[in-house]
Amino acid sequence: MAHAIELRDVTKRFATPGGGVHTALRSLDLQVAAGEFAAVVGPTGCGKSTTLALIAGLEPASAGQVLVDGRQVDGVADGIGYVFQTDAVFPWKTVLENVAAGPRYHGAGGREARERARDWISRVGLAGFEDRYPHQLSGGMRKRVALAQSLINGPQILLMDEPFSALDVQTRTLMENELLALWASTSASVVFVTHDLEEAIALADRVFVLTAGPATVKGDYRIDLARPRNVSEIRFETRFAQLYREIWSDLRDEVLVSYERSRRGD
Amino acid sequence: MNDLAAATERPAGAAAPDLAIARRRQHRRRQLTVQLLRVLTAIVWIGSWELTTRAGVVDKFFFGQPSGIAQRLQTWATEGTALGPLWQQVAATMEETVLGFLVGSVLGVVVGVLLGRNRLLADVFSPYIKAANSIPRVVLGALFAISLGLDLRSKVATAAVLVFFVVFFNAFQGVREVDRNLIANARILGADSRRLTTEIVIPSAMSWIIASLHISFGLALVGAVVGELFGATQGVGELIYNAEHNFDANGVFAGMLLLAVVALVAESLITALEGRLIKWRPNPVTDVTI
Repeated sequence: MAHAIELRDVTKRFATPGGGVHTALRSLDLQVAAGEFAAVVGPTGCGKSTTLALIAGLEPASAGQVLVDGRQVDGVADGIGYVFQTDAVFPWKTVLENVAAGPRYHGAGGREARERARDWISRVGLAGFEDRYPHQLSGGMRKRVALAQSLINGPQILLMDEPFSALDVQTRTLMENELLALWASTSASVVFVTHDLEEAIALADRVFVLTAGPATVKGDYRIDLARPRNVSEIRFETRFAQLYREIWSDLRDEVLVSYERSRRGD
Repeated sequence: MNDLAAATERPAGAAAPDLAIARRRQHRRRQLTVQLLRVLTAIVWIGSWELTTRAGVVDKFFFGQPSGIAQRLQTWATEGTALGPLWQQVAATMEETVLGFLVGSVLGVVVGVLLGRNRLLADVFSPYIKAANSIPRVVLGALFAISLGLDLRSKVATAAVLVFFVVFFNAFQGVREVDRNLIANARILGADSRRLTTEIVIPSAMSWIIASLHISFGLALVGAVVGELFGATQGVGELIYNAEHNFDANGVFAGMLLLAVVALVAESLITALEGRLIKWRPNPVTDVTI
């Protein structure tokens, strides 16, 4: 069976403003099965977001192949949802208009788009807030809008770039649980980028550890914790601690390398 | 699920109503003081002007006199000006200003968005635009007076040229500053290029564009008046020009006062428009009450 997402020997280079070349990814191999929840962890700034941009078709790979459903990615395609790290909901649209944007861009009529949007808004627990503007919402609520906005298109692939990193710990746990519940009702494959190993283990079926940039896959771990999971309690299980210790020993060295570099200021 | 509603909806300061009342009272008192001081400033300023010109310390022939200005306005209003009824002069200048403002700002937004969205066009035209921007454009009024005649069109053209550049630069910059994430998000949600422009780029650039409208209405007025100075048969600029030729300082001041009223009214209209156009923004940063 073809993988839902496959990166084969992918390299990505960027031209820096100073005229140099920055290599973000080097010979990266990564496969995600259909319906799988994969987490990608790595030190800050190692190229995790770049990986998502390649899968989404926002950026072309410099070398290697990026395949989604066995087909080469060339540009932004349908069937992909993307939740950004910073707020990317449209500030001049109300909650309803924000969520209805996807269906409208795909040619749905205004009434149908609004109806579907209302349904998704209540699914993410924002019923009653349809007419608010994003600046009138809390950070957690804006994330819910972003989730509804990307899930309404029924994506087969959901890419998430540290979506909850700006939230406080309580809201974050709540959102993680809701994400799992929403995901369970779909058949989407997820790539969830985070620098928080606990979050990665609690959510995912599989955790990829990336090296400090240029990023390549250093470790690939199966998370054999039972589902459905409760994110706030799963952390106390012995198996969780075991997995954490195992993966952390891999990740720690990369975090140290990255830290040393940032101290030297490169 | 309701971490949201519970936390947001708590009346602020409900625990200390006395404090709130005291603060409101203090605020009112301050407002009153400011208003009083403003009136006082006007009295001192206009009063000393009137007194010094009456006493002959300052020559009213050159500097005018408040009572003379008031009288001139009254004569214009009741008996009409040398060019016809006063309202016709104001209306003429208003018409030129508003038309010039509309033409200039629409062109500015269209060209700004076009160049902001299209790298090639921007690279080709940027030296010409910079060059055109560096000349003092009011002198174009002289050219327009020759080529378009002494009627409405030459004034509208002068006003439009002044407005165009300000709005253009703001629209262009606004388009360039659109958050990359918003663009990426819209593309992933399925927006085509046209939708990106109309639903993401233009609304996002709107704050920049509106900010430029505040300045550019003033410039439209400058354009219209300068156009009239270069040659006209009616308008407040022409009134001022006539007054100048008759060594009538009071007439010049009266004309200025009329223009100031027009500008203030227009400014408040634009602020209202801004409130409607960008109601999604948390705090409109208009700075009209200096």
